[in-house]
Amino acid sequence: MKLNYRIVIFALAIIFGISFSLPSLTQSEEGKKITLGLDLQGGLHMLLGVKTEEATKSRIKSITASIKHFSDRNDILIDGLSFDENEIRFEVLDEDELFKFDEFFKDIEGIEVIKNKTSISLSLTPEEIIKTEKEAISQAIETIRNRLDQFGLSEPVVARQGEEKILVQLAGIKTQEEEQRARELISRAAKLELMAVDEDRNARVYNMSDSDAAEYGDIILLDAKNPEIKYLVREIPILDGGMLTDASMGFDQNNRPLINFKLNAEGAEIFGDFTGRSVGKRLAVVLDGKVYSAPNINERIGGGSGQISGNYTVMEAKDLAIALRSGALLAPIYMMEKRSVGPSLGADSIQASLVALIGGFVLVIIFMMVYYRLAGVIANIALIANLFILLAVMSLFGATLTLPGMAGIVLTVGMAVDANVIISERIRELIYEGKSMHKAIEEGYANAMRAILDANITTLIASIVLYAYGTGAIKGFAITMSIGILASMLTAILGTHGVYQMLESRITKSKNNKLWFGIKG
Amino acid sequence: MEFFRYTRTFNFMGKSKMAMFLSVAVVLASYAILVTKGLNYGVDFAGGTVVQVKYETTAPINKMRQALKGNELFASASISEFGSPDEVVIRMKTSSGNVTRDIGDITREALKGTGEFTIRRVDIVGPTVGAELKEKGIMSLLLAMFGILVYVAFRFEWRFAVASIVALVHDVSIALGMVALFAIDVNLDVLAGLLTILGYSLNDTIIVFDRIREGVIKGRNVELRDTINESVTRTLARTTLTSLTTFFVVFTLFMFGGEIIHPFAFTLLVGVVVGTYSSVFVASPILLWFGFDVKNYHVKLANKAKREAEKKKMRDQFDGGIV
Repeated sequence: MKLNYRIVIFALAIIFGISFSLPSLTQSEEGKKITLGLDLQGGLHMLLGVKTEEATKSRIKSITASIKHFSDRNDILIDGLSFDENEIRFEVLDEDELFKFDEFFKDIEGIEVIKNKTSISLSLTPEEIIKTEKEAISQAIETIRNRLDQFGLSEPVVARQGEEKILVQLAGIKTQEEEQRARELISRAAKLELMAVDEDRNARVYNMSDSDAAEYGDIILLDAKNPEIKYLVREIPILDGGMLTDASMGFDQNNRPLINFKLNAEGAEIFGDFTGRSVGKRLAVVLDGKVYSAPNINERIGGGSGQISGNYTVMEAKDLAIALRSGALLAPIYMMEKRSVGPSLGADSIQASLVALIGGFVLVIIFMMVYYRLAGVIANIALIANLFILLAVMSLFGATLTLPGMAGIVLTVGMAVDANVIISERIRELIYEGKSMHKAIEEGYANAMRAILDANITTLIASIVLYAYGTGAIKGFAITMSIGILASMLTAILGTHGVYQMLESRITKSKNNKLWFGIKG
Repeated sequence: MEFFRYTRTFNFMGKSKMAMFLSVAVVLASYAILVTKGLNYGVDFAGGTVVQVKYETTAPINKMRQALKGNELFASASISEFGSPDEVVIRMKTSSGNVTRDIGDITREALKGTGEFTIRRVDIVGPTVGAELKEKGIMSLLLAMFGILVYVAFRFEWRFAVASIVALVHDVSIALGMVALFAIDVNLDVLAGLLTILGYSLNDTIIVFDRIREGVIKGRNVELRDTINESVTRTLARTTLTSLTTFFVVFTLFMFGGEIIHPFAFTLLVGVVVGTYSSVFVASPILLWFGFDVKNYHVKLANKAKREAEKKKMRDQFDGGIV
């Protein structure tokens, strides 16, 4: 028995494989581990789209609100303030006050102002529209991430995919109901608006159509608890949730859950100004287009805090507070793709693929041993080492093991022995040709090397393409296949060669080709 | 143990005409199935929804059909057993964009009252994503073939590359034909299976080609036909063995891997058989028919060796200070 560099590397590789795959195999607390894919541990995978055009609309709306506030505050008389998807229009009654707006407009980014005598029209520049749309996506990612971080699941994934898609992955969801709750939290616009009730016309609201209301610059909103109740409110909100600094769940005097919110300084000022001017009127608290309450304003309200009360359960109130706190979605999101796997199905998949893995493994091991005898045993050692190294590398990189990934491992078991089959066949041939054991082994490896390399590289090409073009779980297959192929080159070519070199004198002495290579002669 | 001991060369190429006839017939039959029956695209590529439901007892499929009746969304729904009598999948062509309340939630609500059940899987793929995945899938197949073509052309010779690609097209065509014949849902996993077949079948082909290349270089036979016959015979044991071990694992995967892995395992099962066959009976004869010229190749090799020797000589002279 002689030590050689190959056997040393092989031994080191085995030690590496066993020690780094142990944390994953024993599921210990410490050490880097393989993560199970959502298809194996159960979870939710979603690809979301963003309706970016809505973001421009709401930007126009909020500019309109600030014009309204600016003119009210500075006692500038304006008329016919209105907006649509593209522009805002209004007329300044006193020509001498036109200049007052110049300074104000300068502070608003990305708008184009067209003045025609006293009438002004504003629109967003094309660059601003693109910027707003881009921001809407980034903001949606940020907001969803904030919300999910507070939802209580470990390590939610929220990432941009491509230009305008959002990838959301949630592991550890137990039931369909919990999943739906998570989706509700993600997609909730959480757009809070404080709006003035049009007291002059509200009495007639039940006889009005939407277009009637629009004529007065109003809109009709429904009550959140009782959709029979309608409110006529001014279309331009007093302020919106953008000025919200905090929201939390609380309880009212009857111990029913409600949401307390706080506004920032600017919001508090606008709120104070408005309530001061509107004593005796009602203020509608509007969330996502529904009126949650419309209390009477009894006095000027400073301090900038308020409440939203609805028929909430504690859970709903908590989620809503999270949504409000994380900010509103500038644009609504929609589902492009969803994959949801229940934990029980994941467990079944793990079990089934483990059975296949062990079954296939045992079959291959027995077959190799019967066919090649000790050469088969050596190949089997390489195969087992291969599996450990595969697991170790995956653990080190924190790779995700998916169901197709498991299939990749099973397949690796079948294909990794290929290298040893090729080598053993070559050695057998050379023994038949009457070469010495030393020559048979060395030439066998040299001849087999080229074929193994070419064959593995082409398989690797297919795996890499699969990785680059595959999505989700399929990527897992490409990963296990690729690592398996690379590891098999190390174990099957270098490792077993080392073993043969170490045992060479013994094999030569024994002269028992049947025992060592399964052949007569 | 030994299946094949090399004692004499089998005349594989003598059977190549018959094999080619068989191959062409099977490939044509596959195309006929693909055209008439068509591929059964699953949600990944066609878009739509799959809901997997597991009942406590045998799934009341008729009751479920009744429950889903009447709603537009479920107009295209088909319910079928999935692995065991208490588990079913509902496949729909429809999908929904609403995040809060999606088609899976609606299905759950609609099925209330049909028995005790849990929803184990919901896959929803919107039309845009489906189209994108399809495009990507076709691209990946083409790209993989192109990459392989370039590599084999670089390592061997262009005729080898073309022959291996023809074999791959042969394998993928037959695999797709079988997938269509058995109405397997074509999803991303089947695509992964096809790409694996590419890798696997090529693996086999290259082992044979490597032997042919070796035989050509050693120049034992002047006739390519004899070289091919000898190479195929000499690699026969390996081809059979590796195919067997791979077949073992793919078969266990197919039998015990669970219902979800079924389409993938099926694709591979076909691929292993066809891939093994094609490396012997498709790739090698084509090489022969393309008129790969052994003498010419020898001349080329000799020229290459000469050039390298000259280069080396010049470098040695240069290093030695003699120009």
